[in-house]
Amino acid sequence: MFESKGGVLFLAGVGFFVLAFLFNGVIPMLMFRDMPEQTAEQVVNPRLMYQFTELSRRYPESFRTAFGEPTEENCAQALRLGRQVYLGEGCWHCHSQFVRPVSNESLRFGEVSQPIEYQNELQRPVMFGTRRVGPDLSRQGGRHANDWHAVHFFRPKTLLPDSPMPEYPWLFEGDPSKPNQRGLALITYVQWLGSWLDSYPYYEELQDFEREDDL
Amino acid sequence: MNESDQATAAEPRHEDLVDERLVRWYFLAALLYLGVSMTGGLLMALQLVHWNPLNGIEIFSPGRWRFIHTNAVAYGFLANAFLGMLHWTVPRLTLHRVGSVKLSYFIFGAWQVIVLSTAAAFIVGPTLQAQPWVANLTASLQIPFSLGAQGIEWGETPFWIDPVALLGLVLVGVNFMVPIAKAKGPLYVTLWYFMAMFVWTPLTYAMGNFLPEYMVPGVNAGAVGGLFIHDLVGLFVTPLGWGMMYYIVPILLKKPIWSHGLSLVGFWGLAFFYPLQGIHHFLYTPIPMFLQYHAVISTIAVEFVVATVVINFIGTLWGDGRMIVTNLPLRWFYTGMIYYFITCFQCALQVTLTFQKLIHFTDWVVGHAHLVMFGVFSMWIFGFMTYLFPRLLNRPWYSRNLCEWHFWLSASGVFIMFLDLGLAGVFQGYYWAALFPWDVSVNGSQPFWVVRVFAGLMMFGGFLCFVYNLWKTYRGYAPAAATAPAPAVAPA
Ligand code: HEC
Ligand code: HEM
Repeated sequence: MFESKGGVLFLAGVGFFVLAFLFNGVIPMLMFRDMPEQTAEQVVNPRLMYQFTELSRRYPESFRTAFGEPTEENCAQALRLGRQVYLGEGCWHCHSQFVRPVSNESLRFGEVSQPIEYQNELQRPVMFGTRRVGPDLSRQGGRHANDWHAVHFFRPKTLLPDSPMPEYPWLFEGDPSKPNQRGLALITYVQWLGSWLDSYPYYEELQDFEREDDL
Repeated sequence: MNESDQATAAEPRHEDLVDERLVRWYFLAALLYLGVSMTGGLLMALQLVHWNPLNGIEIFSPGRWRFIHTNAVAYGFLANAFLGMLHWTVPRLTLHRVGSVKLSYFIFGAWQVIVLSTAAAFIVGPTLQAQPWVANLTASLQIPFSLGAQGIEWGETPFWIDPVALLGLVLVGVNFMVPIAKAKGPLYVTLWYFMAMFVWTPLTYAMGNFLPEYMVPGVNAGAVGGLFIHDLVGLFVTPLGWGMMYYIVPILLKKPIWSHGLSLVGFWGLAFFYPLQGIHHFLYTPIPMFLQYHAVISTIAVEFVVATVVINFIGTLWGDGRMIVTNLPLRWFYTGMIYYFITCFQCALQVTLTFQKLIHFTDWVVGHAHLVMFGVFSMWIFGFMTYLFPRLLNRPWYSRNLCEWHFWLSASGVFIMFLDLGLAGVFQGYYWAALFPWDVSVNGSQPFWVVRVFAGLMMFGGFLCFVYNLWKTYRGYAPAAATAPAPAVAPA
């Protein structure tokens, strides 16, 4: 059997492959089968809506051309597109999206990641990542303001002269104050990361737009 | 091997078995993509040390070129080179032609289209992503509709190319299974590895590219993705590499493999333990911990298997060690094998949870990846090419010196890169765990990243020596045929 064609093709080829798939794939699938997968619409939350609305106030013209009004549906659209930009530009080869329970990571980034956080459309395929040239982004939402991200994506060295992160001027119309659709979407996506947690950084206090019209 | 050793006049002639032109084409395509891939790697390396000359140009975005870097290596360089190798070895081992030469040419063409359109999609896909129709399709079909890369490492091939690539892989298997099925008598070790790979590769490809994209979300997708990256190395590249080693080393040494029993242990051990380890790429993730332990244990187990294979090859070499100095292909193979042993030994350590705390996410892993992909498999391919090109072109190498340069630049370049990145990884790990601000780790990595650029340039330089040498051999050199012994069916 060990040197026959059948043995090699069916036992080693198919058999061992399937066995490994049972262990590595099917068991986790069974374990998490009761955790429903959320859609992009379902993961839109008030904190994210705050940031999305803030974008619409800060960059009114760009925002109107790109997304129209800051509604929840449009926010879900922006999340989807933002995720695609994140994917296509290879951000996930320099940034991870999970906080490990070791190496002081929870002190640096925030809460350790839980399986439920990944049960949504925007984590299909999951954006765990394997390399950290830059910091983990799974707790990024709310850490920086939208305009910080805009300037940072346009030219990281403006903010951090030593940053090796690439520039993304094509997400803007020539100027960090004019993000295009992809730029706005990417900022929305980054603000979404971690916005679902109980602990939220609140680096920038959320303000009530209705009362503070001079924003 | 045995079959071909006993070749008699009644048995098929080499010319009827092997389509040498196809082998040449595959090798040339492979070298072309290797050049592209290295350029992409250099671009990313230069970005990290702030020397990127193409900063801010959309189509040269380092992120997009990093996809090209890894994918051109896997699907452009390794796949093409190995297909060329299969077209030479399988017919000669089985004494039967491939299923259909027409199909072979079709696969060759189709595969280049696949590789090139993948590359094109990486470059322009993200630019076109913001079209309204894409958004509408995404929303209505509820599938991630990325025109550019898909979010699985090494499986970034855009989703609309995946089915075609999968079909190509199946056809490759069918085409080569025909001669293998016709072969009578016990099969040689090489063919075990190849046969298993014809089954594994399409299965792996389908699993990794379809499940996490369409069916399983979240953490499970991570588990499947880990299995995919792992199987792509272990069940696609590794069996081809070892199959090639079992074929070529006895030919060069003119004696059989030392122990058939160890060959058996090696093959079956690899087949059993290797695929079980996928999750070790995502240790300390939210994937259930007992699955992580299981991946760690089987990883350590496979190192014992690797040790048996290495012992077997050392046993084969025993008594002929001097040939490593004189015989260039053999030197490539055994150097690659030493690197293989180093990588696997490193693997047994770095897979433990203790090491993972420190080195996961750091450049340590990148060093490991380069040692195994370049130091082992690419070097074996270079050895095979060094052996085969004189036979394919019917003349000896233009310059033995350039061959030596190719060897020394590649072998030392990759080893410097490996040591350098390994050390960088340890530093990065400690900077992070010590909670220094992020820039400290980035700035602390600069010296290592600069060394990496130069190590990469050495590898690139070696590659250029090889290409130049090949070109000279092909063009300028007096085409006095039959300076090299014309290959008979019995491998010289
Ligand atoms: C070459 C690797 C690399 C790539 C590619 C990359 N980054 Fe970064 N990123 C870094 C590094 C290094 C830093 C830390 C220095 C800095 O803040 O600029 C960073 C910082 C960041 C930060 C700030 C994190 C914080 O907490 O201060 C965000 C947000 C970010 N990147 C998002 C992205 C996005 C989105 C993309 C894709 C468009 C991306 N990065 C691509 C390397 C990279
Ligand atoms: C000119 C020589 C090369 C240079 C300068 C180079 C540079 C790089 C860089 C900068 C990265 C990204 C690392 C990171 O994310 O931090 C990378 C990744 C990678 N390279 Fe290369 N590379 C070179 C040649 C090769 C070759 C020839 C191969 C394979 C045969 C290869 C295989 C890989 C792999 C597998 C990765 C992914 C590593 C991971 O994600 O862990 N590289 N390379």
